[in-house]
Amino acid sequence: MLTPDEAGALLLSLRVSLVAIACALPFALAAAVWLSHARFPGKTLIEGAFTLPLVLPPVVMGYLLLLAFGTRGPLGAWLLAHLGLRFAFDWKGAALASAIITFPFQFRAIRLALEAMDGGLAEAAETLGARAADRFMNLTLPLALPGIVAGAITAFAASLGEFGAIITFVSNIPGETRTLPLAIFNALQTPGGEAEAARLSALSIALALIGVALAALAQRRITRLIGR
Amino acid sequence: MSAEVSLRHAFPGFVLEAQFRMDEGVTALFGPSGAGKTSVAHAIAGLLKPREGRIVIAGRTILDTGAGISIPAHARRIGYVFQDARLFPHMSVENNLRFGWRRAEEPAAVEHFSHIVELLGLAHLLSRKPAKLSGGEKGRVALGRALLASPGLLLLDEPLAALDAARKSEILPYLERLRDEARVPMLYVSHSLDEVTRLADFVVVMREGRIAASGPVFDLMSDLEFARASGVEAHGAVLEANIKEHRADGLSALAFAGGDLIVSRIAKPPGTRLRVRIRAEDIMLALEEPRAISANNVIPATIAAIRETAAHADVQLAAGDAKLVARITPASLKRLALAPGMQLFAIVKSVTVDRNTQGE
Repeated sequence: MLTPDEAGALLLSLRVSLVAIACALPFALAAAVWLSHARFPGKTLIEGAFTLPLVLPPVVMGYLLLLAFGTRGPLGAWLLAHLGLRFAFDWKGAALASAIITFPFQFRAIRLALEAMDGGLAEAAETLGARAADRFMNLTLPLALPGIVAGAITAFAASLGEFGAIITFVSNIPGETRTLPLAIFNALQTPGGEAEAARLSALSIALALIGVALAALAQRRITRLIGR
Repeated sequence: MSAEVSLRHAFPGFVLEAQFRMDEGVTALFGPSGAGKTSVAHAIAGLLKPREGRIVIAGRTILDTGAGISIPAHARRIGYVFQDARLFPHMSVENNLRFGWRRAEEPAAVEHFSHIVELLGLAHLLSRKPAKLSGGEKGRVALGRALLASPGLLLLDEPLAALDAARKSEILPYLERLRDEARVPMLYVSHSLDEVTRLADFVVVMREGRIAASGPVFDLMSDLEFARASGVEAHGAVLEANIKEHRADGLSALAFAGGDLIVSRIAKPPGTRLRVRIRAEDIMLALEEPRAISANNVIPATIAAIRETAAHADVQLAAGDAKLVARITPASLKRLALAPGMQLFAIVKSVTVDRNTQGE
């Protein structure tokens, strides 16, 4: 049904997205928790900055990443020299781009879940002897779980479709950075590639649908599990 | 065990300035909504940091702003029962109950856990989630959860206010049992005089952020000056009584400091201590001993004080060592020419028997 190249693109897409979501999750959680507690002037600005990747043209994001994480970019050069970590023209670069582009999906879902949490519960836990870390692990985290899971799945589904930032930052290298959308683009550029593009597009649509349905299902399931 | 509370805190447009002592038993913090009662409870629990304050509970200073002491809420060991229960929705009733128990400095014995579960009638609810509980059941779980954290003081912040009358009467007996058995001093925050007279041993009245009056419940409720100072309507007498005997005619005789009271049969052995309330509206006054009337209780008394307002006249009566209050109309006061020192008869129309009357 799929050619080896197409299957490779699918597997690469899944790997890139999985790594992207897993790496962005702790940051999204930390940012959401921080902003749900902190009060300072300019908080709205920070809040906006965290959702910026959602509205910024992905090509611009890819270009910025190229400037910062390219082999001659300040961060890229340092990471390569000290950790041997290379992002440019590498699938890890694609994962980085996806992680940043889909960060707002995770951040916003967790933020909403925390916002919906009753602050009185934390007070009650405090009077029962629970310290801050204890309250976070046993109250905040389990109660925010539906939001965390739904955010991660939505971000994963969105990440499968990332095109602009990836192609700008790490180019379109078969087997390395050619994810599904890039493979579709490539097929369209190739004479006689319409059938392949159609197959891959159908696959993308199916994956997106499954992702969105899964997110809704998981949220409902966990919400019921925690007895809300 | 005793506690001293002294607080000063400025809210926008509202100053809280409260100072009172608590001894064993139940102290009621009583006053209308907005009087600052919950702020006092929050400050004691450590959920509010007052600008100035000193709180000492059983010799342990948990707050002293002058000395820079403020023990964080999680280390204060003060149980807090919130009006809205605040059960953890993702945990079963059992895990809610165990939450504070596990985190106590010296967790109580397992027997204590089962005792509290039994005392509050929670055994059949243990595996349920809070969402599947009724309002009254939630209140009982919240009570148990706070108690099992082995608190040195239990704060009950309007635990009945959110419940309808049926649910209230479902929980009140448990609160009475707790008071009599659990041996944890309690601060009971309420705006309901009915709950206060039923549960409290000592009453602190708050109005507009300040303490308006305080004293033992048995004295305050029949004290006309208290009524004036606190703005609380003279409610009637709250008296302590003992069951004297169960009479052959099906009634029970109670002995109190002012004589005997005859009430409907109480299913408790003679000698049992009870709390009885006689509302001011339920006492009629007669200058001569009435004969051939349906009331069972006619108590000889002397007028101790009179307080007259436009709408009614409250007459404080001394019957033996007990004080009663009767509410009559200003017209009756004038017609009978009542004055302090006069001897007369109090006809008691109805007596409410409260303490230990459950489980009949």
